[in-house]
Amino acid sequence: MTKLLEVHDLHAGYGRAEVLTGLNFVLAARQVVSVIGPNGAGKSTTLAALMGILPYRGRVVFDGQDLAGTTLEDRVMLGLALVPEKRELFGTMPVEDNLILGGYRAMKQRVPHWRREIERVYALFPRLKERRTQLAGTLSGGERQMLAVGRALMSAPKLLMLDEPSLGLAPLVVRDIFAIIERLRDEGTSILLIEQNARAALAVSEHGYVLETGTVVLDGPAEALAQDPRVIETYLGAQRPR
Amino acid sequence: MDATIASILALDGLSNGAVYALLALATVLVFAVTRVIFIPQGEFVAFGALTLALLQARQVPGTVWFLLVLAAAVAVQDLAAGLRHGQPAGRLAMQALRTLAWPVAVSLLAIWVAPKGLPLLAQAALTVALVTPFGALLYRLAYESLADASVLVLLIVSVGVHFALVGLGLFFFGAEGFRNPSFWDVRFSVGALTLSGQTVIIFAASLALIVGLWLFFERSLAGKALRATAVNRLGARLMGISSSSAGRLSFTMAAFIGALSGLLIGPTTTVFYDSGFLIGLKGFVAAVFAGLASYPLALVGALGVGLLESFGSFWSSPYKEVIVFSAILPVLLWRSLRDPHGEDH
Amino acid sequence: MKRFAFPAFAAAMLLLPLLPVPDFWITQSIYIGLYALVALGLVLLTGVAGLTSFGQAAFVGVGAYAAAYLATQSGLPPLATLAVGVALAVLAALVLGALTLRMSGHYLPLATICWGLALNYTMANMEGLGKYDGILGIPALSLFGVDLGTGRALHPLVWAIALVAALAVVHLLDSRPGRAIRALKSGATMVEAMGISTFRYKLTAFVIAAVLAAVSGWLFAHFQRSVSPSPFGINKGIEYLFMAVLGGVGHVWGAFLGSAVVRLTEDQLQVLLPKLLGTSGNFETIVFGVVLVVVLKYAPDGLWSFVGRWRPAGAALRDWAGAEALPKRAKPAAGERLLDVDKVRKQFGGLVAVNDVSFHVDAGEIVALIGPNGAGKSTTFNLATGVLPLSGGAVRWRGQEIAGRPSRAIARLGVSRTFQHVKMIPEMTVLENVALGGYGRTRSGVLRAMLRLDRAEEKRVFAEGEEQLARIGMAERMHELAGNLPLGPQRLMEIARALATDPALLLLDEPAAGLRHHEKQALAGVLCQLKAEGMSLLLVEHDMDFVMGLADRVVVMEFGNKLMEGTPAEVQASPEVRAAYLGTEH
Repeated sequence: MTKLLEVHDLHAGYGRAEVLTGLNFVLAARQVVSVIGPNGAGKSTTLAALMGILPYRGRVVFDGQDLAGTTLEDRVMLGLALVPEKRELFGTMPVEDNLILGGYRAMKQRVPHWRREIERVYALFPRLKERRTQLAGTLSGGERQMLAVGRALMSAPKLLMLDEPSLGLAPLVVRDIFAIIERLRDEGTSILLIEQNARAALAVSEHGYVLETGTVVLDGPAEALAQDPRVIETYLGAQRPR
Repeated sequence: MDATIASILALDGLSNGAVYALLALATVLVFAVTRVIFIPQGEFVAFGALTLALLQARQVPGTVWFLLVLAAAVAVQDLAAGLRHGQPAGRLAMQALRTLAWPVAVSLLAIWVAPKGLPLLAQAALTVALVTPFGALLYRLAYESLADASVLVLLIVSVGVHFALVGLGLFFFGAEGFRNPSFWDVRFSVGALTLSGQTVIIFAASLALIVGLWLFFERSLAGKALRATAVNRLGARLMGISSSSAGRLSFTMAAFIGALSGLLIGPTTTVFYDSGFLIGLKGFVAAVFAGLASYPLALVGALGVGLLESFGSFWSSPYKEVIVFSAILPVLLWRSLRDPHGEDH
Repeated sequence: MKRFAFPAFAAAMLLLPLLPVPDFWITQSIYIGLYALVALGLVLLTGVAGLTSFGQAAFVGVGAYAAAYLATQSGLPPLATLAVGVALAVLAALVLGALTLRMSGHYLPLATICWGLALNYTMANMEGLGKYDGILGIPALSLFGVDLGTGRALHPLVWAIALVAALAVVHLLDSRPGRAIRALKSGATMVEAMGISTFRYKLTAFVIAAVLAAVSGWLFAHFQRSVSPSPFGINKGIEYLFMAVLGGVGHVWGAFLGSAVVRLTEDQLQVLLPKLLGTSGNFETIVFGVVLVVVLKYAPDGLWSFVGRWRPAGAALRDWAGAEALPKRAKPAAGERLLDVDKVRKQFGGLVAVNDVSFHVDAGEIVALIGPNGAGKSTTFNLATGVLPLSGGAVRWRGQEIAGRPSRAIARLGVSRTFQHVKMIPEMTVLENVALGGYGRTRSGVLRAMLRLDRAEEKRVFAEGEEQLARIGMAERMHELAGNLPLGPQRLMEIARALATDPALLLLDEPAAGLRHHEKQALAGVLCQLKAEGMSLLLVEHDMDFVMGLADRVVVMEFGNKLMEGTPAEVQASPEVRAAYLGTEH
């Protein structure tokens, strides 16, 4: 199994607050890896650092290449794609334009017939096809999430990073999203999943890491973690007398 | 004032307004993509007009040396930055080559061809080829490294750039003023009005440019990418669209539009090295009317400014500038009533 | 050492004409003083308040032309012409400010460019003002029987006014309105939440800058004995800004440094550059433009920041022992319904962020609002504090409707809050930041501040600030710069600032976010202590450990809806809450 992503001793933060205090994990190709944990643990910070949005200390190796010194745009061109927590859609532009813009990387790298990817995205998310001329800002929460994922897929990424895909979504929609994550994995995309919804995330992953206050406190095969009582403790706080 | 005079004034106002519209569009474009309030937009107009005038006089226009100086400055800046970051020499050389290629090529062409005297259209094309590269070069020199700065800082930088360009304009073009020939020396009679060929060209060019811009932004991926940078900068970066390339492209377009405008105002105005400022500011008033955001409103505002100027000069010639620039106050009043809660810094 | 710097400088400038210095340098010095007055206004407006005007030269022109016209056409005494000039400038500033200052910050400079041009063209075209030739033959200034006709005679007056103005601005910045103006740059949300009107203080800064420029114009008219439109054009307006930026637009003395550097080099460049370039013309604009851009790119704090490093920091004083306490508001009785959030709703386009959520906070209790990310907690919070307008429902404070009121008004009612991302002024000390919270309980205005008549009240505010800092355990750090603190103490400082408003209800937005374990414990201790003293708290939090040990009642939100409400034990045991947090199997 080839290692697609290796993270060594990652330190990152915002201004004076250091959020990640020495993070280590690996991700193999064609795998779904989940990073779960309570809020404030540093999950989103991890993705921001990997993508190059935040400065960081430590070593990140992607597809055999050390990412030191590369810009965000460089990393997109290398095949990293991020669907951020806030989605960052182009709200005043229609759904179809958002998807086309997702293909920017493919266009720059002269991937032949890159526009045909849109059909594949519409096949995955039929609701988006129905709303192809609608402005992205008027979509519902679930549809926005679908559009954000679809847009990321347009760049044919080697690694798709999803920041809290279930955020603010109704349970039925979450079920759909996770079904799609499984399908993408089956079709060959590697996925790094950051999630609060531990159960759903672990159910589609091969491997999981539990993050708390900036470091990994537990890791292991997803099935094992799903049963581990310590995970529940991390989320809800231990019962404690007042 | 009777209907004839009114219609003559209206025509005059609209044709000036059409040129202001081009400038207003360029201003809105640059602001939308880079948040830079590009005060020196008018300088591109002046440089365009002066370049054509000097080519007409079969002289090598100062634009050539100006362009080479700017290109050299950018190359040196990039070299210094590259050396500081320890980048390989080969890569730095390629970078410098890419920066200098077009400016050097077009300058050599101009030097060779200028004394020979070319047909008007060829000279116009050469003018545009010489002035357009100024846009990206200025962006790289003054703005690129300040991409995250506040709008205010970028505005102050624009003012500094304006100052420098005016001073350099004096050096490279001299203090003399020029009028350019009309592109089409024909007169049409439409009822009581006489339409000059130049006016027709101004309207046609403005229309063509507006349509072209619309097509570019609505239909092409590059145009959508530019818009995307303005709508959501992070989102655009996540697609691989860098704000640097967006900035360079939008500034190049602004310089192109400016150069074109300079060609069009030719016969109606005597242009000096410092005439650009006032022309640019009138485009500005229109852009403010548009909230620095809406292209259709920029067009409407610009035509309004043109009409205000021409009727204003009829009523009180010495105060026409006062009227035009004071007009920004009711515009701001309207704007402040329309969207009373400005965004947080 | 520092105490003698200012008096020595003042004495030197005032006494300069008595020394055998050639007239040329006296003239230069007068110009530097005149320019510095204008640049001083820009330091306040641009450097501190974060707005800018390219039209200051136009205000100078107003003062100058008023003086010139009235002195030559009417018999008004010089002080009256000064008053008229200043009044006109204030009127113009009020109009321009009222139009632009409610909008985004970049409309003001554009308005000032246009207005500056309009005014300049008016001056240049009006018959009565002499058109391009201007007004000549302004009589020499004569004040209280002293003839100030020569440069040497006028010099002490110019510098006396400039230095007094500088002192006034320094005093202003170190006062209640000054803190409000210094806070403007950090954004409107926090400032309004402290009960401060951002519009009013932006306008104040703009008007003060206009007054300073008009005074400079009056002096200019009497110095040159003639006025013409050209020194009051847009180029000069840009040059004033350049002086302020070069000198250091955030520092009062930067105005003087920048003016001096620009004036002295301007002369040299006007001679040098044409020789260098081989042709004649005004080339110093190239240098100005390039230097302006370079300074903004590489040294945005200007030259004064280099000088400032050499000056030792002043010793921190503590001179408010025994100051009378600030007035306190009557606290509500325990159990009174304080905050009633009634079916509030918030929609953003197609997205329903908060869906008919209801809960309440009674006096003396700690209520926590929890839920997974994206549940709508912060949005609910912002609805209750007037930061966001409601799409439906009502929010009541002690019975009165407060929905739709500006956050300023809500703050005055006794609701005080902290922010998810700490909003403070890093250049001010911890104590000054906390004192900002005391704004609503004090009254000193701009004039009292400038005349230093507010010292008694300031002592009361600082005493209050220290008391609040002591309450949260940070009193020994009060003189540190807020920007140097790590995140934990910054959050505590925010709480102290909120406490300084003497609230009846304290709203904390994720107070524990980003804190280390021991910092969280300290914070929990502080909050328990506050509750023991009778404070009511509503907090939004993610950290379960933190919340469960602290709250009386917990309200759980999910997907914009209220899921349940109960004691911490009830909530922890609830299977729905577990499902909401851990997610369900799919």
